[in-house]
Amino acid sequence: MAFESLANRLQNAFDKLRGRGKIDETIVNEAMREVRLALLEADVNFKVVKDFVARVKERAVGQEVMKSLTPGQMVIKIVNEELVELMGGNVAQLTMSHRPPTVIMMAGLQGAGKTTTTGKLAKYLTKQNRKPLMVAGDIYRPAAIKQLQVLGEQLNIPVFALGDQVSPVEIARQAIEHAKANNLDVVLIDTAGRLHIDEALMEELKQVREVAKPDEILLVVDAMTGQDAVNVAESFNSQLELTGVVLTKLDGDTRGGAALSVKAVTGKPIKFAAMGEKMDALEAFHPDRMASRILGMGDVLSLIEKAQANVDEEKARDMERQMRQGEFTFDMFLDSMQQLRNMGPFEDILGMLPGMNKMKGKMNVDEKQIARVEAIAKSMTKAERANPDLLNASRRKRIAAGSGTSIQEVNRFIKQFDDMKKMMKQFSGTAEKMMKKSKKKGGMGLPFMGKGKGGNPGGMNFPFNFKPPFK
Amino acid sequence: MSFFKRLRDAIVQKSEEVTQKFTDGLAKTRDLLVEKVEDLVRRYKKIDDDFFDELEEILITSDVGVNTVMELIDDLRGEVRKHKIENAIDLQPILSEKLVALLKNDEAADTALNVEDGRLNVILFVGVNGVGKTTTIGKMAHMFKQQGKKVLLAAGDTFRAAAIEQLEVWGDRVGVEVIKQQQGSDPAAVIYDAVQAAKSRNVDVLLCDTAGRLQNKVNLMEELAKVHRVLARELPGAPHEVLLVLDATTGQNALSQAKTFGESAGVTGIVLTKLDGTAKGGIVIAIRNELNIPVKYVGLGEKMDDLQPFDPEQFVHALFAGLIQQETEAENTQG
Ligand SMILES: Nc1nc2c(ncn2[C@@H]2O[C@H](COP(=O)(O)OP(=O)(O)OP(=O)(O)O)[C@@H](O)[C@H]2O)c(=O)[nH]1
Ligand SMILES: Nc1nc2c(ncn2[C@@H]2O[C@H](COP(=O)(O)OP(=O)(O)OP(=O)(O)O)[C@@H](O)[C@H]2O)c(=O)[nH]1
Ligand SMILES: [Mg+2]
Ligand SMILES: [Mg+2]
Repeated sequence: MAFESLANRLQNAFDKLRGRGKIDETIVNEAMREVRLALLEADVNFKVVKDFVARVKERAVGQEVMKSLTPGQMVIKIVNEELVELMGGNVAQLTMSHRPPTVIMMAGLQGAGKTTTTGKLAKYLTKQNRKPLMVAGDIYRPAAIKQLQVLGEQLNIPVFALGDQVSPVEIARQAIEHAKANNLDVVLIDTAGRLHIDEALMEELKQVREVAKPDEILLVVDAMTGQDAVNVAESFNSQLELTGVVLTKLDGDTRGGAALSVKAVTGKPIKFAAMGEKMDALEAFHPDRMASRILGMGDVLSLIEKAQANVDEEKARDMERQMRQGEFTFDMFLDSMQQLRNMGPFEDILGMLPGMNKMKGKMNVDEKQIARVEAIAKSMTKAERANPDLLNASRRKRIAAGSGTSIQEVNRFIKQFDDMKKMMKQFSGTAEKMMKKSKKKGGMGLPFMGKGKGGNPGGMNFPFNFKPPFK
Repeated sequence: MSFFKRLRDAIVQKSEEVTQKFTDGLAKTRDLLVEKVEDLVRRYKKIDDDFFDELEEILITSDVGVNTVMELIDDLRGEVRKHKIENAIDLQPILSEKLVALLKNDEAADTALNVEDGRLNVILFVGVNGVGKTTTIGKMAHMFKQQGKKVLLAAGDTFRAAAIEQLEVWGDRVGVEVIKQQQGSDPAAVIYDAVQAAKSRNVDVLLCDTAGRLQNKVNLMEELAKVHRVLARELPGAPHEVLLVLDATTGQNALSQAKTFGESAGVTGIVLTKLDGTAKGGIVIAIRNELNIPVKYVGLGEKMDDLQPFDPEQFVHALFAGLIQQETEAENTQG
């Protein structure tokens, strides 16, 4: 796509703003200009964006910046939180009637995916031991009835149809009778696609609602919808009183800003996300995933989250100080491993860092190897971990047995550990200096990095410095 | 002579009926955009930053791409500075002219379909799910039939439930035959059959339907490339047109669609459907501006004759109809 990723643009904007302890207006304005463009490019409605930006600005100015984050990242964190909130907190459920059958009615523009979604929902419900009936209420579109019948056959779910000469209102009425008579507990009414400004057809939907008294009226919205999504959603909602929304075609590469627009103008929850043409491509809607998709910066967001959740800055600084004095114990090693671990697969974390993408795949990080090394360290006693000099042959043997590794592996690890310790003694400078030096020296062979095929790990300063690895 | 006057004169030569239909179809679009621009110009006697902010809003909410809008606004700011324009009303013709320029096809002939008498013409329809491919084929079959041409349809969507039956209903309505196989069969094989049938039956125009597919699905795009290859192999010069069907309700993703289908399916033109809704079709401007694929037809409803050739002048005429009328009245009273 044409647009530069928001992550990159923000990075540029924030480079200027490093080192501030509080979020001031300059930072917020700088960040929000980029956020605004990103939201517009994602098709979030102009007015919705405007309100949103104003609200975030208000909340962000004056906030303390978390220790592990830069001010810019702090703004993004707030943006994300607000976005998730606006998108609707928890995953919404379908309302089931206490007096079956539960009636669910679909509505939406032409081609949005109503008929397909009707099939998917029916399948979803059968998995929950419901007995759904699909109702062919589209008497206009060529072969619409047949389309639903084909799906019914595929899914082995009954379809109620009266041809295209009976009004949808009458079809709905008889379908519900039919469901009652046949002990079918959910009635799913497919309807014809229609424009929200088509008064006659909107009136027809109102009449169907009158007769069917649906427990759910779901607006089916194409995730690729542009700015007009607000008009469509507002109109359907005010005429029909929707209970929820289904967002379709999310398997595409659209950013899906329509989701935000629809939620903002109707206030109704997005209940399902449709992710494909097949009948099982229906999922519960996740507001948080949608938020980062719209922002187009899932990578940075997840890094922020992980960093804030897992890295204890104070601890890190302590350890850094100790290490500079040449102290390095297995405990410290395990600690640092654990912190990195919590952030996810090592290689993924690397991939998330700006500029590190290229390294991905070349690093030759062996996750299994990391696990083995951790197991070895964990099999040591507290005393051994604090004082590696205690590790004589019999202790090593015990450790190998305890960690399910071999003596050779234990020996190799202890050797590498000693090397690291020596190297650390040489470096007395800051992490940055260390990085430069280790680059010159051509890396430093961390215990879990195999003999890399292509590059050496170069400037990796793990595990000596585990400040969240961004600027 | 004012810009709008010239535009009107250009359109008077065109059939009244066609213009009327176009105008009606676009009534909602026109109301919204024109009212807003009018209102804007009225409220802002002086051009300032707020004026440009609001103009930006009007254009963005019409789905004109963000990039395109930013460029346009920069342009206009430049004009304002250069010509020392102070009144909003004076900027309006420049704005309209720029919009038309963005929409205008490089050559008038661009809008015409590459369909010639005396040969078999093949038109392939492609696009994402639910945009209106099958319906447009029905409408276009009707159009060609009315021109006295012999038309054949190919049911190349073998995937979606009842897609074949849907095309058959259209075939019945229009009175043209449909070449088909079973659901689930190879689309390329259906297309192959159709070309052979078209050749032996002396058909003038073969319209090929395909299944909707999202442009990021590599295997489905490859399937399309195969259909393309079969056509090219079985009939030199085919397909003569590859029409990408776009839903006017679509936002910025339409650009990605145009780009990817353009690259992997050799799109020669666009059909913009569902312009009878309130979506403003501004995406046409973005696509024209950023990708240079001409819009050839527009869909204005679900009925057989709700298809019109795209005409940028008419399009803008319809958008600005209210303004044109006002200006004409003003000129008349002045004598
Ligand atoms: N890729 C993808 N395609 C979908 C999804 N949902 C529906 N579709 C496709 O979108 C197209 C339109 O779906 P339909 O279910 O016919 O839409 P509809 O709203 O019933 O259409 P009308 O009845 O004509 O208004 C079909 O090609 C479907 O296969 C989805 O989540 N992902
Ligand atoms: N209002 C309006 N509806 C349209 C227009 N063109 C098509 N439709 C409707 O849009 C829906 C989808 O049209 P189809 O022709 O089935 O779309 P398609 O691209 O073939 O869909 P798939 O084959 O499922 O990908 C149908 O309900 C059509 O009646 C139009 O110009 N205006
Ligand atoms: Mg349908
Ligand atoms: Mg179709």
